[in-house]
Amino acid sequence: MTALLQVEKLRKSFGGLAVTQDVSITMAAGERVALIGPNGAGKTTFVDLVTGHLRPDSGRLLLCGVDVTKLSPTERVKLRLGRSFQVTRLFLSMTAREHLGLSVMQRCGTAGRMYGHYQDNSQVTEEIDQLLGLLGLNLVADQKVAEIAYGQQRLLEIALALALKPKVLLLDEPAAGVPQNDTQRISAALAALPSDLAVMMIDHDMDLVFRFATRVVVLAAGAIIFDGSPAEVTKDQRVREAYLGSYAHDHNGS
Amino acid sequence: MFKPFIGSAAAGGTKWFLRDVFGIGVILSFACVGFVLFPNNLSLLTRIVGIALLVLSLDLITGHCGVATLGQSAVFGAGAYLAGIAAVRWGINDPLLMIAFGAIGGAIVAALSGVIILRGHGLTQLVLSIAIAQMLQQIANKASAYTGGSDGLAGIDPLPIFGLFVINLWGRATYALAIVLVVLVFIFLRILTRSPFGMLCRGIKDDPVRARAMGASVRGTLLKAYVISGAVAGMGGALTAISTQVVGLDSLSFQLSAQSLVMLVLGGAGTLYGALIGAVSFVLFEDFVSAANPFHWLTIVGALLVAVVLFAPKGLYGEAVALADRMKRDRL
Repeated sequence: MTALLQVEKLRKSFGGLAVTQDVSITMAAGERVALIGPNGAGKTTFVDLVTGHLRPDSGRLLLCGVDVTKLSPTERVKLRLGRSFQVTRLFLSMTAREHLGLSVMQRCGTAGRMYGHYQDNSQVTEEIDQLLGLLGLNLVADQKVAEIAYGQQRLLEIALALALKPKVLLLDEPAAGVPQNDTQRISAALAALPSDLAVMMIDHDMDLVFRFATRVVVLAAGAIIFDGSPAEVTKDQRVREAYLGSYAHDHNGS
Repeated sequence: MFKPFIGSAAAGGTKWFLRDVFGIGVILSFACVGFVLFPNNLSLLTRIVGIALLVLSLDLITGHCGVATLGQSAVFGAGAYLAGIAAVRWGINDPLLMIAFGAIGGAIVAALSGVIILRGHGLTQLVLSIAIAQMLQQIANKASAYTGGSDGLAGIDPLPIFGLFVINLWGRATYALAIVLVVLVFIFLRILTRSPFGMLCRGIKDDPVRARAMGASVRGTLLKAYVISGAVAGMGGALTAISTQVVGLDSLSFQLSAQSLVMLVLGGAGTLYGALIGAVSFVLFEDFVSAANPFHWLTIVGALLVAVVLFAPKGLYGEAVALADRMKRDRL
């Protein structure tokens, strides 16, 4: 197995506070990793370091074998690193279809074209339809994003990341703020992600995490305290103390 | 020329095309009505077209891209001055070449100032745009060997258009040139704003962070749009220079920048049609009111603006479209 994402001894501190301490993770194609940890553990900082929105103090980051530590976020996107945001960031005056059109054309390098229309190219429209179908967004595809339900906006976030045909996908709380009924849709969408993708998901919803992940990484106070299978994580004493609390108790007890 | 663009199988694939053909028809009919109604005042109409190009350029960069600027006169004036300098100092008197020089002047200043302005956001951006326009005005004032300083750059004497149509006090040839120019620019901008590039610009206006996450270069895209906007405004400046045969420091003034923004808000931003409507109605209204009441006309213009912002926040065009939609829905 080739490592798609290789994080080596990443460190970052804000002032005197070390928010990321010697974090090393390797992810291979097809892996489904859940990154969990209590509030303030440094999960979002870690995502920002990987996507390039923050610069690490030291350490190295390799994407498909290429050292991207010094590259900008956009350059990392071009090397097929996709992400979704913790709070949706969408073009509110545009439709889902237009979003996907832009994303697909951006990947193909044709988004800067100054003539024609994004739906002129049948390859682009086919890919848009395919993504809309994958995430069940066909019915709202031509409504302005500001007018569709929040759960659908979250699904669109995932579709947008997929439109970039990423090799590594980071999902920052894909189900945050979504009503319980719609988390079903999201977890179905996550299950249907292309199998050759390396996916890392951050979420607080433990049901979702355990349904999705084949590997769980626990972050506490900026350091990795556990890296292993979902079955083991609930039994780990340190993790229980740091984070899981009553949840692990309930599950072991039942 | 439009054939390749109609073919899209998309929903409403030809609707936009028909609407724009209709829109251009309306522009041309208004041009004819103007010609019939004001045969002795064609220079006013030509001035309106020059200003309309400025407001169109502002609609591209502010209405579509969301860049805050109160210094759009910088690119308008740069076009006017470069066209004027080409005519007076370098002996390039062909009107079409002067328009080309205007476009180049506007584009160059946009490229240079864009690098600075696009570093800021919101208020910072606004202040930077004002500062650059003021700086440029001071430079034009001091470099009087080229620009004529505060006396203005006089002695612009354009040749006949295509060697046939003489540019004289009647201003018929200039007016025809103006109408052809604004229609061509309008068609170009409609194609541009409908294209993937135009869509990317609107996306950046909504959320630059999302655009970056798609792998788009935000500053690069905005800079391209700003250069195009500068070229359009520069052509407006050049047209005004050809028509009035003089370029003054007022073409770089803050007042002109502010007024062009007012016209955009009046007509409605982000549609291009609104920019045209705003420019035409503002200048005509100003002309009419200042003749009817020379003492209080500015107050009246101000009152009109307050009324529009309060009762028609989408601008004249935006409200008209909303009204038409409502009527269509009621009929169904």
